[in-house]
Amino acid sequence: MSSASRLSSELHAPIRILIAKPGLDGHDRGAKVVAKALRDAGFEVIYLGLRRTPAQIVAAALQEDVDVIGLSVLSGAHIALARKVVAELQRQEAAIPVVIGGTIPEQDTGKLLELGLAGVFPTSTPLADLAERIRAIVAQEVLQ
Amino acid sequence: MATETAEFALPCGIPLERIYGPDDAGAYPFTRGIHPDMYRGKLWTMRQYSGFGSAELTNERYRFLLEQGGTGLSVALDLPTQIGYDSDHPDVEEEVGRVGVAIDTLADMERLFDGIPLDRISSSFTINGTAAIILAMYVAVAEKQGASPDQIRGTIQNDILKEYAARGTWIYPPEPSLRLIVDTIEFCLERAPRFNPISVAGAHYRDAGASAVQELAFTLADGITYVDRCVKRGLDVDEVGRQISFFFYTHTDFFEEVAKYRAGRRLWAKVMRERFGARTDRACMFRFGCVCGGSSLTAEQPLNNVVRVAYEALAAVLGGVQSMFTCAWDEALTIPGEESAELALRTQQVLAEETGVAKVVDPLGGSAFVEALTDRFEAEVVAIIDEVDELGGMVHAIETGHIQALIAERAYQEQRKLESGERVVVGVNKHRREEARNVEFYEVDEEERGRQTERVRRVRAERDAPAAARALEELRSGAQGTANLMPYLTECAKAYCTMGEMADVLRAEFGEFREPAVV
Repeated sequence: MSSASRLSSELHAPIRILIAKPGLDGHDRGAKVVAKALRDAGFEVIYLGLRRTPAQIVAAALQEDVDVIGLSVLSGAHIALARKVVAELQRQEAAIPVVIGGTIPEQDTGKLLELGLAGVFPTSTPLADLAERIRAIVAQEVLQ
Repeated sequence: MATETAEFALPCGIPLERIYGPDDAGAYPFTRGIHPDMYRGKLWTMRQYSGFGSAELTNERYRFLLEQGGTGLSVALDLPTQIGYDSDHPDVEEEVGRVGVAIDTLADMERLFDGIPLDRISSSFTINGTAAIILAMYVAVAEKQGASPDQIRGTIQNDILKEYAARGTWIYPPEPSLRLIVDTIEFCLERAPRFNPISVAGAHYRDAGASAVQELAFTLADGITYVDRCVKRGLDVDEVGRQISFFFYTHTDFFEEVAKYRAGRRLWAKVMRERFGARTDRACMFRFGCVCGGSSLTAEQPLNNVVRVAYEALAAVLGGVQSMFTCAWDEALTIPGEESAELALRTQQVLAEETGVAKVVDPLGGSAFVEALTDRFEAEVVAIIDEVDELGGMVHAIETGHIQALIAERAYQEQRKLESGERVVVGVNKHRREEARNVEFYEVDEEERGRQTERVRRVRAERDAPAAARALEELRSGAQGTANLMPYLTECAKAYCTMGEMADVLRAEFGEFREPAVV
């Protein structure tokens, strides 16, 4: 396959996203709503559920060959948990973009992007924007 | 009777009767309230949920709330404590002291309640997976203060079913978890009759996305499951009925909430009498607490939350609530500061002392609208409970993911309605304004976390090691049999065994729950 046609097919295939909740917090309303919304927007969603360790998340992402990982954290522990997932990805030499949603104060967005996250979606993010922004993130990965 | 005198009057002098209309409160099926004189006799308990960081910091906040006129404590525990991990467990460091206070051993309990007399102040713990362990530690700390188990008052939430379906702090599979719950109920019946061993909490179904009807229906279906298990253990249903209370969210649609509580009272009374054959009226009483706020609060224009919570609190009181927690306006964003926590308490105090709503029993009773809505609510809830019965009961409906799927679907539809503008939330999808947020965010003190880790290690090093090991070994053999585990857990607590050690013994014997695929 030529690189152009490979690019084209990757851009048009449904985006595969793994959605998981790292850490101990059990508030999964947002994660499930996002999973349903992205599925309705044409994504293939693998929903991993609660209390997943960074190792479990990365292993599932690799096994499922996803384009992007979506984390949801509502306990306030988002920075520490994101750092652990990014470190595990680096350890596994996996270049999968990671986005995060939840109760994330504005001042933490910069810190999360510095850690290497590709997108930060606080609780007020509209579902329609979410799908578009994740598409843009994945498209950019493919182009790289 | 003093409460019948004219001391209850409007400011203009018009005297107020205790209750208006033909039906009375305080009698089966309690539609109009569980007590004949309701708030004339005793106001609802104002119980503000709080806890953060270490036991010392939380103890300071409790003393502050009690000095400000709070009448009970409500303990927020951190996630490692709720899920049975010690603060020095390598996988949980970022969660220690974050959403509540860390309790690793009896030593933390001793500091948490330092200077707070447990024979006089009641404490409510939002604890489920490790509820039996926390109760054991509470009994132990009360004894150290000189209070016997029959003197302690309070509540452990101890409602595992909604954890599987909506809140997520489960540990063990349903069957052993239900055994632990019945153990705590049996223990309290015999030893601590003033302590409520379970608060069946629909609140979390609601916050996860359930409607008010689903919230009430799933909660009563859970209640039915617990009573059923107690009866199967051989406990007296009239005794069990006295020990069960309920807990809900009050959201912003005013009459929906009022009708929900009135219908809940009537329906639970019928469940206890008709389904379980309870003879005493006391066992048929639907006593409940609630939170005002939760997911009805918004991060946008957060001061609007003050107004939402005030209206919600009014609905809860007109619905006949026994105990209330009003959220602080900044809770959609962070752990509340002292000022916002105080305002939340003042909201209840103004309602109780100034508005006059506490002077008359069930002021909305007899309204054609409210009575019709109450009837309709009851019918809708009965239909859902029947459906759950047909599915084989709540345990099965949760194990198969049925309840979770219903809740997730409604959460999604609600979000769509919000984004389409079909459901209006002021400041979010209507009357919006660009704003600069001025909220102080709660930061976990890293040093405090380090101190907590040190503390649990020190307790492990300094305790009577053979005694602790023996207590854990006895817990293990108890878990392998069918004995009530509360005495074993209390011995472990007194031997300064840690939360993680006790939970791990039970994990090894009981296994862990696995989430069904829902989405």
